[in-house]
Order: sequence, then C-alpha cells, then structure tokens
Amino acid sequence: MSPTHLFQFFGDAFLSATRGRLAYHVWMGGLTFLMLLGAYAYSVQLQEGLIVTGMNDHISWGMYISNFTFLVGLAAAAVMLVLPTYILDDVDFGGAVLIGEGVAVAALVMCLAFVTVDLGGPHRVWHMIPKLGYFNWPRSMLTWDVLVLNGYLALNVMVPFYLLYSRYHGVKPDKRKYVPFVVLSVFWAVGIHLVTAFLYAGLPARPFWHNALLGPRFLASAFAAGPAFILMLLGVIDRFTDYGIRVVIFDKLALIITVAAQINLVMLGSELFVEFYQPTEHAESAVYLFFGLNGHDALVPWIRSAVALNLGATLCLSIHPLRRRRGILLAASTLLFLAVWIEKGMGLVVPGFVPGPLGDVVDYHPSWVEIWVTVGIWAMGFFILSGLVKVAIAIETGRMKAKGGDQEVPTESL
Amino acid sequence: MTKSSSIKTWVRRLLNPEALRYLAADDPEGDRSFAEGAAQVMDKQLDRRQALKAIAGAGAAGAALVQAACAPLGGRSEEAQHRWEEFFKKNYRLMTETERAETVTRLTKLAADDRGGAPHIQTTPAQPGVLFGYAFNISKCKGYQDCVKACIHENNLDRGENMQYIRIFEIENGQQSLASANGSYYHEVPADGHYYLGTQCFHCENPPCVDVCPVGATWKEEDGIVVVDYDWCIGCRYCQAACPYFGRRFNWSAPQVPPESVNREQHYLGNRPRKKGVMEKCTFCIQRTRQGKLPACVEACPTGARVFGNLLDPNSEIRYVLANKKVFRLKEELGTEPKFWYFTD
Repeated sequence: MSPTHLFQFFGDAFLSATRGRLAYHVWMGGLTFLMLLGAYAYSVQLQEGLIVTGMNDHISWGMYISNFTFLVGLAAAAVMLVLPTYILDDVDFGGAVLIGEGVAVAALVMCLAFVTVDLGGPHRVWHMIPKLGYFNWPRSMLTWDVLVLNGYLALNVMVPFYLLYSRYHGVKPDKRKYVPFVVLSVFWAVGIHLVTAFLYAGLPARPFWHNALLGPRFLASAFAAGPAFILMLLGVIDRFTDYGIRVVIFDKLALIITVAAQINLVMLGSELFVEFYQPTEHAESAVYLFFGLNGHDALVPWIRSAVALNLGATLCLSIHPLRRRRGILLAASTLLFLAVWIEKGMGLVVPGFVPGPLGDVVDYHPSWVEIWVTVGIWAMGFFILSGLVKVAIAIETGRMKAKGGDQEVPTESL
Repeated sequence: MTKSSSIKTWVRRLLNPEALRYLAADDPEGDRSFAEGAAQVMDKQLDRRQALKAIAGAGAAGAALVQAACAPLGGRSEEAQHRWEEFFKKNYRLMTETERAETVTRLTKLAADDRGGAPHIQTTPAQPGVLFGYAFNISKCKGYQDCVKACIHENNLDRGENMQYIRIFEIENGQQSLASANGSYYHEVPADGHYYLGTQCFHCENPPCVDVCPVGATWKEEDGIVVVDYDWCIGCRYCQAACPYFGRRFNWSAPQVPPESVNREQHYLGNRPRKKGVMEKCTFCIQRTRQGKLPACVEACPTGARVFGNLLDPNSEIRYVLANKKVFRLKEELGTEPKFWYFTD
C-alpha cells in the first residue's frame, strides 16, 4: 500500500465520483444547493445563538438530537448485512454489504454533524479531547457515545476501504486481515445503539426515557428502518445503474425488515400497555404524545401517523404475496422508514421534556433555521452516500481498476 | 546569535513580558510552563509530559504572531491576546493558583474594556467545615417574588431573555403537585386559598447533572455548591435534561445586562458575566456566601420564609429547622439528596 498506489486510488475514486450522467449531476447539484442553504441557516444560528431554534429551557433538545438518535439506528443497521455476509458466510449479501456500510458511514457523519450543530459552543469541542481537555469518561454516557460513534465510523471506513482497494488492484482480500474487524464491528453496532439509548435511559429525571425497554426497542426499530432504507437504496441502484442486485438479496432483506418490524410492534404494544393500563404521573409524557395534555397537542398528529404507517407497513410486509411484489415491498419499506423516523426522532426526544420536571407543559415547534440546517445535513449525508456508492459500484463492476493489471501489486504489499 | 535563539527572543518579546515576570518572580514553585511554553517549543527540549503544556504556550506564541501580523490593521493587540489566552485556558478545577490569578487578571481587563468599569472577581475557595443547606418555609412565603428580583440583580441574569433561577409556584390549598400549580402568575398576592412554594437549584449531594457532563464543566464544590465553569461548558445541554428540578438555565442568545446595573462584586464560579451558548444556574450566591454573607434571595425575603446556613454547624438556624420542623424534599425517591428542604410552621 505505497503512497503512489493510494494516491492513484483516490484520484481514480475522485474521478469516478465526479463523472456521471446528467441526472447524477443534477442530483448532486441539488444536494449541494441544499447543503449551502443549510450552511447559511447554520451561520445565522452561530451568529445569533440557539435562540433562533424552537428549543428553550423546557424543551432543550429538539430536531437535531431527534435526527441524531434516528441516524445512529440507521448506522447500526449495516450489521444486519455484515453479520450474514462476513461471519455466517452467507454470500447472498456479497454485493449489497458494501452499500450497507456506505449507508453506515454517511449516517455516522450526519450523526456527528447533528450533535455539532446542537452545541452552544462548537468551537470549544476540543475541551473533550483527553489530556488536552477533560473527557468525563466513564461517568458521562455522552463520552461513551463519542467513543463508540467514532470507533464505528473508523471500522466502517476501514473494512470497505480494504475490500475495495483489494478489488481495485485485482487482489483477493486476505480474510485474516479484515474479518477480526468485521467481528468487532458487529458487536460495536449493537454497542452504538445501546449506548445511545442509555444516553436517555440513564436519566431518572425523565420518566418517559427511564425504562429498560428503551435500548432493545431502539435496536428493533433500527433493524427495521435501517435495512428498509438499504432496501430502498438497492431498489434505486438496481433500477438506475448497471449494477444488478439479485432478487434473493431483496427477499432476504425483506425478511429481516419484517421480523424486526414485528418485534418493534410487540415492544410498542408492551410500552402502551404499561403507560395506559394504570396511568401514573409518569405516563403523562405518553399521554401528551398520543392524546395531548392541557390543550397542548403538537405531536399528536405525528405520532398517530407514525403508528398507522408502522402498522400498515408491517402488515404489508407480513403477508407473503404482498411482500414479494417489488413495488409494494419498496413502498412498505419507505413507509416503515418514515414511521420510525417520526417515532424515534421527535416522538421520542420531545415528549421526554413534556411535562417538564416541575410540571410545565410547553409545545415545541422547530424553527425554519432548524429545519434548513436539518435539511442541509441530510443533503450532506445523501451527497456522501451517493459518492461512496458510485465509487463502490465502479470498483465492483470492474470499471475502476488499477492500470497495469493484477500482477503489479501482490497481496503482501496491501 | 543562532537562528533559533533569535527567534526565541523575538517570540518572548511578543509574549506579554509582564506575565513572564509575574510567573518567574512571584511563584517559584508554581507552574511556569505557560510562559516557558514558547521557549520549550523553540528549544525542542520536550519530554512527553511537557509536550501538551508546550502546545498551550505555542498557542500563545501563535497569538502573538497573529496579532503582530494584524497590528498594521489597527487591531487592539492586548485584547486580542487576552481573548486568545482565555480561549485556550484550562478547566478551572485543573488550574494552578497562578493560572487562576492570570485568568482573573485577563477577565478583569476584558470586562473593564466592555463595560466601562472593572469588576472584582474572586476565586475564594470553599471554606473548611462548611456545607451549605437551605430551607424554605411554605407557611411564610406570600409569593411577593422579591427574592426573584434580588437574584436577577445579584447574579447578573440575562435581562434580554428574562432569565430567572428562582421560580415561585402558586398552589391551591389542598393540592400538592407542582403540575397543578401556577408557575407564572401576574396578579396581586397572596391570593386567597393558595400557598406558595419556591424552587431553584437544590445543590444535590448526588447531582445527576454533574455525572452526565461530557467535559466536566460542572461539579460539586467541597461546601456542597454545584457550580459551572462557564468558559469550559460546550453547551450540549445534557445536564439540563438530567436535572429533575429544572434547576439549570441555558444562554440561548448573548445575555444582556445594562452596564449600569452590573453587579461588579463577582466570583469566577458565580455571577461573573456568562456568554452565549453556555449553561448557568443558582450558585447559592457563591460570591456572597463564601464571604460569610447570606444569599441575595434570603436577604431580600420580606417574610423570612428563607433559611440558609452551614449544615455542619450545630448552632445554625438551618440545623434548628431540620431538628425541630417537619421537613420534606422534592422527589426524594430519585436519590439525589437535595440540600434544600421545605417546612411549615
């Protein structure tokens, strides 16, 4: 892996990512435009402070942290393809797993971006660097989250890079070199989502979050929504590129999504039972979420649509003849993705703050600045994902490969 | 003169020479790495232990270079350097006495520039044998909110967003839950058939806010006061989510205090001016109580509903209340052990 070879690889990757059909350029141009809008909105927020968001002392986390929480799940979902492919030796996912890891990378970058824009003093983040600053580990769950997210990002960059780089040079990747990291990343994926759940579940001050089911439920919903997104992406790739995705991959993914969505619904039912059978003061957040409290009901339409989407999509997926039709499968996946985004985003974060610890009931309405920053970060995620997928496909299909043939770079030099 | 030593001299000249003299002369045992950082970088005589400190010094040298470069543009070089050094200073808890003195000097100079009069910023540490506690007499409080007003003035609270550490709840007789209470009333008090209950930071013995802070910007002092290092906070607001008592406030925008009403008797961990994007909270008026005075809210209360004192002093009024009154605390089931009790006559 000499510097020249690396340089050549990244050069080719850059060319591959920046060349394409008109539609690709329009897509990337559109995303760039949205990113610029987001950057402008963020500059306003930097200038004025977080006052330009809809957050306040009562609801002190909003859209940014909601999206962060959801995206951690999306990142963790790659494990549902990684595990069968690399560890269970189920080669079916061979073509799709790199795409899944690309989704993880994009999702993690978005996670880090959402946390950063939520900070009051982003220029003081260096205070978190151990030794230079003060890293309150292991006490603070947030420090755990910083560690696992960055570690997972590193793993999901390293392994696909090694595989693609090998393929680029026409060399068979050495299993001994990457499988240990893959095994690590499987545990790590569960880790990132559990740690993110513990961020909330570790707060007795917020009864809505302070329950042991939160972590498992995070995993179930992530393993439904994440593969659902990957399936949508594969549908797009299958349709618009020459990189064919085999039917069996769709079938297996659909099965994973279905089972996870069903488990998620069971957990939702369990949660609703505990909250509403004998409602205590601690159930008030759930009451606020599903029915509204003292005339405040900003989240009610959202959560009800989420539950409806969730039920509808899971039902569709559970019926074999429906699930086997590509159009219905893609539609159900899309609906499920949206449902979990609402439920695990705003539907989880905001009710934790309502009612407040002293009984205050305040509605949260995201501001335009917040919405545009959010849109900008999502655009950035799609931008990164598009580039990564484009390069991965170019390498996998053999269009992008090292000049001079396979003999030049023997396995040992990798 | 070798090349490296001439650069060294140049950098030393650009660095604040006063700070160098102060460090060398007044504190021979103290931490001199700050001033020597630049020299260390230039001499390249670094061991690993010194490396990080040298980086801080190099930062200062960098600031000097930047300000030298900007001097023709008319930049106020001393202020720029102070701001630079302020940005790269440590967590207050990790500072040596010398570093604390330095930052106070810088903050005083910077504040004098901003507001037309220099504040007096203490760094008075916790006094031995002192653990502060607070008790609130529900029978006496009439909801006048003089405490709220006194607190705003004493602690330089943001007038722009109308920040308040203290909340007074108006509760109907026969009720106990704060959820049914009125936390923002605007009518004549005391209202018939109601009683009043005040909240603020309860300075828990097991503060959840301290545990969750990723950068250790908030902690419990020896005398039980939970404080925030305003210059260390990164504004993630995790502590605000973790507090079961709504005791913490965030600066959503740059706080505004009219210069003529700034309280210039300040404490580093207390009422010195905050900035946009950081947390703050009640500090039991640390700038007063560590000097033996009462918090502003206690002093302002016209009905004598507020009792403050040293829990370790058996003769204190707070100990009398705890020994002789029926007391309770909010949300005891959470195990936070607030040092703030409620009682009735």
